[in-house]
Amino acid sequence: MSDTTQTGPIPDKPATGDETGKHGEMLSADGRSLKSSLNRALRRQKLRALMLIAPLLIFVLVTFIAPIADMLFRSVENDIVTNTLPGTVEALDDWDHSVGEAPGEGVYDALYFDLFLAAEAKEHTKLGTRLNYEQTGLSSLFRSSGRGLDDVGDDYLDALEEVDERWGEGDFVYRLMTGTGPSETGFVADRVRVLEKMTSETLPGDVGFAPSEEIRQLLPATTLAYTDFATFTALVEEDVVAEEDPWEAVYVGLIEDLQTADVASYSGPEAEALQAAKAADIPLVPLKQFFADEDGDWLDPNVWATIQTYSPKYTSGYFLNAVDMQLTPDGISMRPENQQIYLKLFKRTMFMSLVITGSCILLGYPVAWLLANLPASRANLLMILVLLPFWTSLLVRTSAWKVMLQQQGVINDVLVWLGLVDDMNRLVMINNQFGTIVAMTHILLPFMILPLYSVMQGIPPTYLRAAKSLGATNWTAFWRVYFPQSVPGIGAGSILVFILSIGYYITPEIVGGTTGTFISNRIAYHISSSLNWGLAAALGSILLAVVLLLYWAYDRIVGIDNVKLG
Amino acid sequence: MALDANSEAFVAFERVQKSYDGETLVVKDLNLSMPKGEFLTMLGPSGSGKTTCLMMLAGFETATHGEIMLDGTPINNIPPHKRGIGMVFQNYALFPHMTVAENLSFPLEVRKIGKSDREAKVKRALDMVQMGEFGGRRPAQLSGGQQQRIALARALVFEPELVLMDEPLGALDKQLREHMQFEITRLAHDLGITTVYVTHDQTEALTMSDRVAVFNDGRIQQLAPPDQLYEEPENSFVAQFIGENNTMEGTIKEITGERTCLVELDGGATIAARPVNVSQPGERTRVSIRPERVEMDRSRLQDGVHLLKAEVLEFVYMGDIFRTRLRVAGNSDFVVKTRNAPDQRRLKKGEVVEIGWLPEDCRALDA
Repeated sequence: MSDTTQTGPIPDKPATGDETGKHGEMLSADGRSLKSSLNRALRRQKLRALMLIAPLLIFVLVTFIAPIADMLFRSVENDIVTNTLPGTVEALDDWDHSVGEAPGEGVYDALYFDLFLAAEAKEHTKLGTRLNYEQTGLSSLFRSSGRGLDDVGDDYLDALEEVDERWGEGDFVYRLMTGTGPSETGFVADRVRVLEKMTSETLPGDVGFAPSEEIRQLLPATTLAYTDFATFTALVEEDVVAEEDPWEAVYVGLIEDLQTADVASYSGPEAEALQAAKAADIPLVPLKQFFADEDGDWLDPNVWATIQTYSPKYTSGYFLNAVDMQLTPDGISMRPENQQIYLKLFKRTMFMSLVITGSCILLGYPVAWLLANLPASRANLLMILVLLPFWTSLLVRTSAWKVMLQQQGVINDVLVWLGLVDDMNRLVMINNQFGTIVAMTHILLPFMILPLYSVMQGIPPTYLRAAKSLGATNWTAFWRVYFPQSVPGIGAGSILVFILSIGYYITPEIVGGTTGTFISNRIAYHISSSLNWGLAAALGSILLAVVLLLYWAYDRIVGIDNVKLG
Repeated sequence: MALDANSEAFVAFERVQKSYDGETLVVKDLNLSMPKGEFLTMLGPSGSGKTTCLMMLAGFETATHGEIMLDGTPINNIPPHKRGIGMVFQNYALFPHMTVAENLSFPLEVRKIGKSDREAKVKRALDMVQMGEFGGRRPAQLSGGQQQRIALARALVFEPELVLMDEPLGALDKQLREHMQFEITRLAHDLGITTVYVTHDQTEALTMSDRVAVFNDGRIQQLAPPDQLYEEPENSFVAQFIGENNTMEGTIKEITGERTCLVELDGGATIAARPVNVSQPGERTRVSIRPERVEMDRSRLQDGVHLLKAEVLEFVYMGDIFRTRLRVAGNSDFVVKTRNAPDQRRLKKGEVVEIGWLPEDCRALDA
């Protein structure tokens, strides 16, 4: 009891192995807490286990998980609009589409300079393609307008060169734009970042140009256009800025700036030329007018509403599209009846997968029963027959069905020969739902039989005998006693077949025609033909979600632990 | 005469043969008749044909030849579910997806018995096996002994006149098994059910049955009440199979009377024995004597019995008895069991004693 009076932290006896620590914690022989000692001892084991699986883990992460995650991310990713038209998106911020009028001059202004840079970097067609998913016609609008951007600048340059021959020379404009005094290096860095985002590339290196603060204040539009020109020339084309002729956009900016700039008080390099140009009073063509002349659609408020709707970095548009809806400036709405295909395809995929699963159960159950109840030697032979399809290429099996089912095929020939079918009215059994169901049932049948077989093998025959001895007929004994016990096998087989079939691609592609294709065929089309990867990713995500949902529901109802696959 | 006996029998096998492969007979010429209410055990080593007989009776196997009669009617062509025979299986075969009550009401449901009737019968059957509380449980939630009771109740709930049990206690531990042996016999007698019980455990067979049929090699070797089976085995297989037994090979020297003969053992000595299935001098024989019938105290033996010298090889203290292993007439596996009585001497290894027995306890059987 004397121990309790001691208040100091030092114990009166040295800690021994079986001693309990201050807070009632068990201590090991060296005085550390038992828990941390155990952890230390186990860490080595864990590390070794991790090292064993590391190669596969890394392989799977790099080649499987990461690409899938990246792909799925594309279903919401939408930064192409802000990246390609950063200024326009900003200018469009306070435009209200519901007024029903095209935006003001400022938006067209920003659009011109954004589009000019994008056209030089050849990014504007990509944007056109992206926006074309949402509103048809935008692709050609962007492409054709991209071509005409030079014209207005050329006209201005001609007028300027009449005032001063040197306006077309690179070093002259370079001198003018560089000016004197403190320079705007931060601004250049900003524009480099814009270009990097637009081209999705990192652009290291020195631009070799920076406008002075004074000139940027005096000629803001010109500075913007020239900086873009300079960064693109130096970093993408890797030329010397001063030696290259400036872009036409520079002159568009200059004429615009000259309308308001107070050049009289400017005293930097080439100030006189600037004053002379101002004095020439070259008439300004409003850019809204220019775009309207290029293509009347630019005045259409709907075009601008679409751009505005799809300007955020993330969009639900692809997902809405994948369920036959659309994101309009006025909110979410259903697509017109004649454009709705995905819900129908999803439903068809579900329906046909259910039919395939059902026919697999009907065909597989008796076979599995036979397998489980035959003597081992004959069961093995039958098992080989069941597994035989696995040793044949999927393509070969599918093609074989094509041979069997086509109108001049084996089955039709036999039916005609037997006189069951008239030669003129041969049955259409391929390139439709029937063909897909037949071929896929055949291909997926082993996935039903194997789990069923393994479950049935675990049901002792005494149950049936017991039921019969209790007075049940063969059918009652089967239905009340055997069948309920084989349900986990049906569940396992069904979930396997169903999940495999809703994602199936090759077979429906070959034998499905137009009415027998699955959602996966549409996904493949968007991946490889229409290149609308966002939509493909959204469709794929929905499919994945459906599968996971089914899996979850199955786990809740049947229990994944009950699934026996072999 | 035989026909008359069979017509009175409740269950009868008449010249039944069974072959699975068409080459060998698993059951050879089986004749058996059972009166109503009898508890008959089929005992035998595995592969002796006892389970096959049971399955033929239940209808899961068909006899290759011969007739099986139930209550005077041939049942060879009646499917199992119409025979109305209750059956308890080795691993109980309780339906795992049904509760205990559902398991019990299954045979009543298939007989289309009304719901209230059904519930009453299920309750009665559960009470009968003292499992009234467990109707809502699943078989997997019960212990082995409890499952056994339920299996029994299920076989009895539809009130069959004949119940078959296929090694029903094989999976239980010793104590539980002994308890259930008692329960099953009690129930069978109380309800007056005719029972055919298959086991390979001879203790079970001896303690439970009215009669035991010892099977070997597809034939009934002996069909007799337990005491007769133990004390008067008719051949050396039965003698060997039932209980512990000392055997010694020898030759018949002389038949001295209807109930006595002299046997010259291969080890040299001559002893008196009761001839059972030997008839002529010179015949080879195997004499059998139970370990507890061997006497080591001369004073308890009649005069004139043959005495044999025996060397103690091993003395095992087993609590209630002493088990002494001796070398007798060249046989070093001769076992004697003596009661742990206050005056019983504890023998030492290497000691030489004289042993003897009553001639009627020593049976001269086939070699």
